[in-house]
Amino acid sequence: MAFTFAAFCYMLALLLTAALIFFAIWHIIAFDELKTDYKNPIDQCNTLNPLVLPEYLIHFFFCVMFFCAAEWLTLCLNLPLLAYHVWRYVISNFLHPINYETPAGSLEPAFLALGCRYMSRPVMSCPGLYDPTTIMNADILAYCQKEGWCKLAFYLLSFFYYLYGYVFHFRICPSC
Amino acid sequence: MSGFTNLNSSVGYSQNSTPNGGAAPPYQNGPVQTYPAMYPPAGYYGAPPQQQGYSTIPGHAAPAPNKAPVTNNAHSANYYHNNHQQQQNHLPQHHVAPSPYSAPLSSAPPSQPYAALPSAAPPPTNAHYNQQPFQPHPPYATPGSYYGQQSYHPSSARQHPSLVPVTASGPGAPLYPIVSYPSAPGSSQYGTLSSSQSTSAPVGMPTQMVGAPLHQYSAAPPPSTTAVQPGYGVGPPGQTAPTVVNGQGSAAQNAVHQHYTQSHQASLSYDSYSGVPPGSGGADTDQPPSGTPSTSVHSSPGHHQGVQYGYVANSGASSASATTSGPAAAAAAAAAAAAPSSSSSDDDDEEEDEDEEAGGDTSSSTTGSASPVPNSYDSLEGGSYPDSMPPSNDMTNQAAPYGSYGYPSMQSAYQQGPASHTDASPSHDLYGQSGYQQYSQPFPNLSQLSAALGGLSGVPELEVEALRPVNLLQERNLLPPRPLEAPEPNVSSDLKKVNCSPQTFRCTLTSIPQTQALLNKARLPLGLLLHPFRDLQQLPVITSNTIVRCRSCRTYINPFVTFLDQRRWKCNLCYRVNDVPDEFMYNPVTRSYGEPHKRPEVQNATVEFIASSDYMLRPPQPAVYLFVLDVSHNAVEAGYLKYFCESLLENLTKLPGDVRTRVGFLTFDSTIHFYNLQEGLSQPQMLVVSDIDDVFIPSHDSLMVNLKESKELVKDLLTSLPEMFSQTRETHSALGPALQAAYKLMSPTGGRITVFQTQLPTLGVGALQAREDPNQRSSAKGVQHLGPATDFYKKLALDCSGQQIGVDLFLLSSQYADLASLACMSKYSAGSVFYYPSFHYIHNPAQLEKFQKDLERYLTRKIGFEAVMRIRCTKGLSIHTFHGNFFVRSTDLLSLANVNPDSAFAVQMSVEDSLADSSLACFQAALLYTSSRGKRRIRVHTLCLPVVNQLSDVYAGADVQAITCLLANMAIDRSVSSSLSDARDALVNAVVDLVSAYKSNVSNLQQSGLVVPASMRLFPLYILALLKQKALRTGTSTRLDERVFAMCEFKTQPLQQLMRLVHPDLYRLDNMSDQGALHLNDTVVPQPHLLHLSAERLSRDGAFLMDCSNVFYLWIGKCCNEMFIRDVLGCPNYASIPPNMSHIPELETPLSERVRAFLDWLQDNRAFSCTIHVVKDDASAKATLFQHLVEDQSEVASSYRDFLQHIQQQISK
Repeated sequence: MAFTFAAFCYMLALLLTAALIFFAIWHIIAFDELKTDYKNPIDQCNTLNPLVLPEYLIHFFFCVMFFCAAEWLTLCLNLPLLAYHVWRYVISNFLHPINYETPAGSLEPAFLALGCRYMSRPVMSCPGLYDPTTIMNADILAYCQKEGWCKLAFYLLSFFYYLYGYVFHFRICPSC
Repeated sequence: MSGFTNLNSSVGYSQNSTPNGGAAPPYQNGPVQTYPAMYPPAGYYGAPPQQQGYSTIPGHAAPAPNKAPVTNNAHSANYYHNNHQQQQNHLPQHHVAPSPYSAPLSSAPPSQPYAALPSAAPPPTNAHYNQQPFQPHPPYATPGSYYGQQSYHPSSARQHPSLVPVTASGPGAPLYPIVSYPSAPGSSQYGTLSSSQSTSAPVGMPTQMVGAPLHQYSAAPPPSTTAVQPGYGVGPPGQTAPTVVNGQGSAAQNAVHQHYTQSHQASLSYDSYSGVPPGSGGADTDQPPSGTPSTSVHSSPGHHQGVQYGYVANSGASSASATTSGPAAAAAAAAAAAAPSSSSSDDDDEEEDEDEEAGGDTSSSTTGSASPVPNSYDSLEGGSYPDSMPPSNDMTNQAAPYGSYGYPSMQSAYQQGPASHTDASPSHDLYGQSGYQQYSQPFPNLSQLSAALGGLSGVPELEVEALRPVNLLQERNLLPPRPLEAPEPNVSSDLKKVNCSPQTFRCTLTSIPQTQALLNKARLPLGLLLHPFRDLQQLPVITSNTIVRCRSCRTYINPFVTFLDQRRWKCNLCYRVNDVPDEFMYNPVTRSYGEPHKRPEVQNATVEFIASSDYMLRPPQPAVYLFVLDVSHNAVEAGYLKYFCESLLENLTKLPGDVRTRVGFLTFDSTIHFYNLQEGLSQPQMLVVSDIDDVFIPSHDSLMVNLKESKELVKDLLTSLPEMFSQTRETHSALGPALQAAYKLMSPTGGRITVFQTQLPTLGVGALQAREDPNQRSSAKGVQHLGPATDFYKKLALDCSGQQIGVDLFLLSSQYADLASLACMSKYSAGSVFYYPSFHYIHNPAQLEKFQKDLERYLTRKIGFEAVMRIRCTKGLSIHTFHGNFFVRSTDLLSLANVNPDSAFAVQMSVEDSLADSSLACFQAALLYTSSRGKRRIRVHTLCLPVVNQLSDVYAGADVQAITCLLANMAIDRSVSSSLSDARDALVNAVVDLVSAYKSNVSNLQQSGLVVPASMRLFPLYILALLKQKALRTGTSTRLDERVFAMCEFKTQPLQQLMRLVHPDLYRLDNMSDQGALHLNDTVVPQPHLLHLSAERLSRDGAFLMDCSNVFYLWIGKCCNEMFIRDVLGCPNYASIPPNMSHIPELETPLSERVRAFLDWLQDNRAFSCTIHVVKDDASAKATLFQHLVEDQSEVASSYRDFLQHIQQQISK
């Protein structure tokens, strides 16, 4: 029993997270390029959109693995991101959670509640989240950049966590 | 034919090559569409049945078959030739489409446009041949398809010569419907010839035609090569010619100082272009047009093998977005190339823009940007290949993109004499105008007076007045006597004098807050409203060798830069210090040296530069107009076609353009009809393509024709078009496929597509469903379906935008037509949308009149092609969001395939860094476009505003109209992306927010009530008016399309128009006095006072005029003065006024003259002429008038008083 299923999960997650880190970096670079005018939004969206679902699925996949391995703590750590993915891709079409109720006295001017909030998935005939016609909107650009950095941080931390988890599960097995 | 069909089915390649084209085209198209792969054979051949129906005309069948065999032969022999396709037959043109598709864009197009123009038919073929030479450069082939859709790579499948023969012999499917509808449109017969030929059958047929086709083919290849050579040879001269010309031209200009010297150049260069084609073309192709008429559509039912192959090929092609038509570009090569190409193509686009905007850099930018094939490009640059316009989207230069980005070092050529020319009158008409207006104004009340004074001389008065606290609950007469003027920015009088006209460039806050914190505190949005391409009466046009720009931020030199000394100037946007080039030291206006600050660029905030070739990626294209007309039963019922044709006939010569102008027509119902208008034909030929799943272009060179050369044919067509479809029973509408066809037709050159649609598209891609629930029209809850149902139209628009095609939509529908989806085609391609609800030529004369007037304006107004607009602003400010019709290319760059003088843009800004180190903030909008005469021009507007750090100053400079318009734009976005009620709430909150912010921060008075600064006193009224607009109202029954159209209007109308839409101007006409009247020329224009929009202002004994921007209502009270009715309307009394009166008779009475003078004056600077409706007090039309009385209560909306009460409650909460 040198190699438990949990250890296998951690190892797998380790590798996949490395991939996700690359995704996140790619994402950040892509939006940075957009912001600095280096790229055409149509081009950029065409390259980014196909990556959205794979990223979500990879994450979902090792969440399922952890579920099977009964690694509840790890699963819990990942649940928020999983929920976010589901919201981002599916639910935000129907809800409009970013609803700026700005009564007098709040920090933001009320008119900011106007303008578009394209946080939901636009009408598209192909998978993906990014619409070249709205991606250049400063709000969305900023949001996507922020999203990229947050994910990168999350994946990096979880990478080390999985590394630890892997070693831990490898070591505690009696035969070692 | 059988052989043919086999070929087609089996090998994509063969198909292409086959002149018959019928088979081939579909495939080609297929790839383009990206649908091809999926197509079940049935799909392809599904078409045949229809064709058969057409085919009833026997005569035609025979010829077709003949062709087939020919092709076979040719096929095996000319493998590669086929790629380039020549289409000697019309069919061959198909070629163009397919493999060549790529070609057209990149290499082919260049040759095509130019060559084609002079000599119509033959040249195109030549062009293709020409390509062959290029073949060596695979890159050339890549067309820069935007999405990569276009690319058709001949995949390996295509190149199976072996297959060809096999198939030929094989029993393939014999239905070869060559649908040639050669029938002249005039005769209105569609002769569709479906020649169904089984393989066996062909024998007889082939022989017939063979002669010709064979001839062509055999002949063709050799010529092609040879031809190519010549083309090349010719090319250099041509190319050099233009460049030389430029040089010369500029030199000449210098010497002569002609203002528009460039025209010379232009003509020269064109000549050179045109010259090329004939030379090269002549040799290759003199083909009898005979082939042309036949459009072949495929219908070969089943060649299994072939089919499979074809599919493979297609799929390959589709996947590979870019086409490589390398000479030897075997399938493998193509495939390999494909991937990179797709990604790169976009890059190129981007680069293109960059280049365009970056300008200054000459060679480096161009090279970097454009050439797919370095070699070819170099040659182009070197002048060897003049004709080729660099495809806008080339690939290959991924590396280059940023090369150009850097700011090019200045050119050395400053020695040249100053070539700049300016129009003599530097002064702006605007200023003149405002001047006289003020002068003539009665200055009725104090506020007005002080405001005017402030404008003239001093800041203090202005500010004091603007800041006067106004208690809205107490003051009732808020409206100024005359329509509100834009507030004057509080800058020194020198700057004020040169500042940009508020009609062109307006900022919501004429005093820019120093920090974002201050801006947030003010609770007002910061943004710009732009009307960049407005018709100007006076515009300094500058022709100069060097356009002086900041080396760091590329800002154009403008009146607000500072000259440190004679040789250096400091950019007002980025503060970099630049050198003044030598040329700039000379002032062409005064002819003096050493006065750079007297140059026209520095004396005018709005100038236009004639750009050099550094600012173009390809030679300026001709003006190309394609009209896509709905001719389904519904359209015929509505009867618009006759009026459209009449209008176009009348304005044919007034279409903006030059000798190169090209037009084309395309009609559609459930099939798509093209019109061959090739010069030399006796009458127009209609070509019908019924395979809407897989649209192809039956003929490439004869569908878009030179207007000048084919004018008679065009006239014939326009005369016969209305009758041609008068009996149609076809109720379906295949708009999507028609648009795809239009896109393919236009993609080589770009231009303008004008779509007339009368119903919901029901067939093919882009078909839509009725989404509106009539019972929900007046629902106070959310309004659904404000967004598009499909992204087909958006994608199409983006493709179009990438190829510099603008799509304008005229929707004349009485039923729901899902404008929310359809409008996307214009929204993202910088087009315009016109909507005529319940249009009917008999039942709705008012709409008809409006349609006619709009159309006239539409056809004759200026147009700019291939435009980009960049908005730069002082360091520290940044652009947040754009509003309008365009595609946003990067954070500050809009891509506008077409730009027209009637569309406006709005921009939201934010303050990113503190502006403390400057007292002025500047905004510069630079619009780079190709004029309809083929000149590249840059129109630059610069606005300068003071930066303030006091909240009170911010309020003093608030421009309530601009703020309202910007908020309206934002509200539209919000209601589409979220919900209407959200948007409405946010608008109300904006008022609440402003009032409370003002109360807590500025006003020291502990007044109760609603206190706002005087500058914003109309804000609540305008917001209320906004909430009662069609676009944003709830509770009142509003058809979805009308609502969506109102939203489109909000996004694109210029500010003045928009404000009149939101808050119409109401005047009383029956007691106008001459007090304060304007005296223009010989006429006296009375200036009645504005009235509040409330029924209490209307009296039964008066006559009132309501100016709603695009329509005037003249309301006649029941007890109206009989003299007024008699003198103005020409009716004896009230009762005799006809119910639908829609014009003011020209009577000789003084009163009538006054009224007409006033109406004319109101219309004067309006783009679209207004219709006038005389509304009687008792008429049912009264309802339409009363809905504009926004201060009154309606069944569902509150009155102005109630609204204020509501606001107050919100605040005290």
